[in-house]
Amino acid sequence: MTPTLTTAPPPRAAAPGQPPRRARWRGPLVAWAFLAPALLLFLYFKFIPMFTGLTMSLQEIRYIDSTWVGLDNYATILTDDAFRSAIWHSLVLALGTTAGSIVFGLGLALLIEGPARYLWFVRTAAFLPVVVTMAAVAEVWRIMYHPGDTGTLNMILGWVGIAPQPFLADEDSSLLSIMVMNIWRGTPYDMMIFLAGLVGIDRTLYEAAAVDGASTWRRLRHITLPALRPVFWILFTLAAIRGLRVFVEVYVLTNGGPNGSSEVLMTLIYKLGFQTGELGIASAGGIVLFAATLVLTVLVQLMRRRQAA
Amino acid sequence: MMRFDSALGLESRRGPFATAGKILLYSGMVVVFTGPLLGLLISAFNKTLDPTSFTWWPDEFTFDNFVHAADRNVYLYLFNSFVVVGFGLLLQMIVSVFAAYSLARKKFRGMGVVMLIMLATMMMPEEIIAIPLSLVLADMPLLNVNLIGTYAGMILPVGAWGFSILVMTEFMKEVPVELEEAARIDGAGELRTFFTVILPLCRPALGVIGVFGFTMIWDQYLLPLIVAPESSMWTLPIALRSLRSDEEVGIGVLLAATLLALLPSIIAFLAFQRQFMRGLTSGAVKG
Repeated sequence: MTPTLTTAPPPRAAAPGQPPRRARWRGPLVAWAFLAPALLLFLYFKFIPMFTGLTMSLQEIRYIDSTWVGLDNYATILTDDAFRSAIWHSLVLALGTTAGSIVFGLGLALLIEGPARYLWFVRTAAFLPVVVTMAAVAEVWRIMYHPGDTGTLNMILGWVGIAPQPFLADEDSSLLSIMVMNIWRGTPYDMMIFLAGLVGIDRTLYEAAAVDGASTWRRLRHITLPALRPVFWILFTLAAIRGLRVFVEVYVLTNGGPNGSSEVLMTLIYKLGFQTGELGIASAGGIVLFAATLVLTVLVQLMRRRQAA
Repeated sequence: MMRFDSALGLESRRGPFATAGKILLYSGMVVVFTGPLLGLLISAFNKTLDPTSFTWWPDEFTFDNFVHAADRNVYLYLFNSFVVVGFGLLLQMIVSVFAAYSLARKKFRGMGVVMLIMLATMMMPEEIIAIPLSLVLADMPLLNVNLIGTYAGMILPVGAWGFSILVMTEFMKEVPVELEEAARIDGAGELRTFFTVILPLCRPALGVIGVFGFTMIWDQYLLPLIVAPESSMWTLPIALRSLRSDEEVGIGVLLAATLLALLPSIIAFLAFQRQFMRGLTSGAVKG
């Protein structure tokens, strides 16, 4: 487009040696000026709250005066039964959702891989749950999970001869029901990432394997899955960052009930902070959540490095 | 010889059984993933309202639910949502392109630290800092402003988003340096170069961060929950919980409101599908 301009000398070359003084500080200044809005917003809405949270977690917060209590709040969290079961529920929900979404996502990606036009339609349709706001998804599922035998899902179960299930209304099935909804919403997302990975696999490898008489299973095991390794690590990383902080779906579907059977870390922190007013303990909960997320992310990255090495 | 367009090689399988199997599989997928949304769509426009189940066949078409929704302030919540997403997205996109311009085109000391800061913020979602954030919003340090109960309280915190900045940075790195130098030789200043050379070339990327930013801001839940204690400031997603029953139309208002809450994201996704998929894979690569 502008071939002559590329050969033109850059303007600074006119003055040999040191660039003029003005230009030396102007470059970085412009750079920082363009970055300023982002950094300012991050400072106010990420880093100051993070720091405030850290200091609050070491205090017992009262309206008038607050007292430093050291690590008492953390001790409370790690020994309190409600917190322990909430941490456990968060872990179970994160692991179940991640595993379910990856397994189904991979399966569906393999089944609908291909360039055909109607496959594009199927993919688009399947992807809709991912873009829809979680609060709306959760309301839809709350209605479908109605425990009576006229409930939508119970009617479908009835067709195949399964007795009505209590779903969210029972202590034994509430967490599992939330997990099923999360897998429903997570599967198409993982499927899309897998599909993007599948596109990059060299087709001639498949053909060579077929010529050598390799079965479909061996082809998957020795060509497809190894090629998808980076995709798995991406999904594990995302799961580590997102997994433990689930809030909306639990808050909308059960609000932790019945009887605390689906209480996760975030719903408990929310209740302590905004309803009971235990700000110190709630802040410590937030820090614990952050630390757990950080540890998980670092672990996943370390494992990824080791795999790659 | 067999040809492979996919790992399983399903497309080369023909015959009645293979075809029937494929049709069953694909329609099954569509039903499982869109069925619940379709159920909502049909039920929201239907009169007979069994609170325990969706209606799968529209036997009594009506707009009643949407009319009653007005009495329950649903349109006010929708308006609030649009104000927040409109100004929030505008701010977020401006902040992102500015920051990305610096990160992609400038060399300066401290750049590594800035990149680290961007990545660090992605580990601090609203959930983790919810409690202290509510206190910071109530009394902004140095400014002594209370943002609780204001639109600004819901807009400013989503103004800077690490994902959006990083995606934009990657795109800007690919704009040829020669174009920028050409503009500079022609005497264009920093801002003019940015607006007339760099930004127009990044239009596809603007689509990516636009559609992602839209869904991200529309999906905000905890932030408006913290910022809007009064129902007059509620956004639609957080208002849904309060609409679960209505004396006259049962769950009808909830269905109408839920439909209104999920339609904008679906429309944005369908309109910007290509950009969405592009962002999905480019963002995912970086985690």
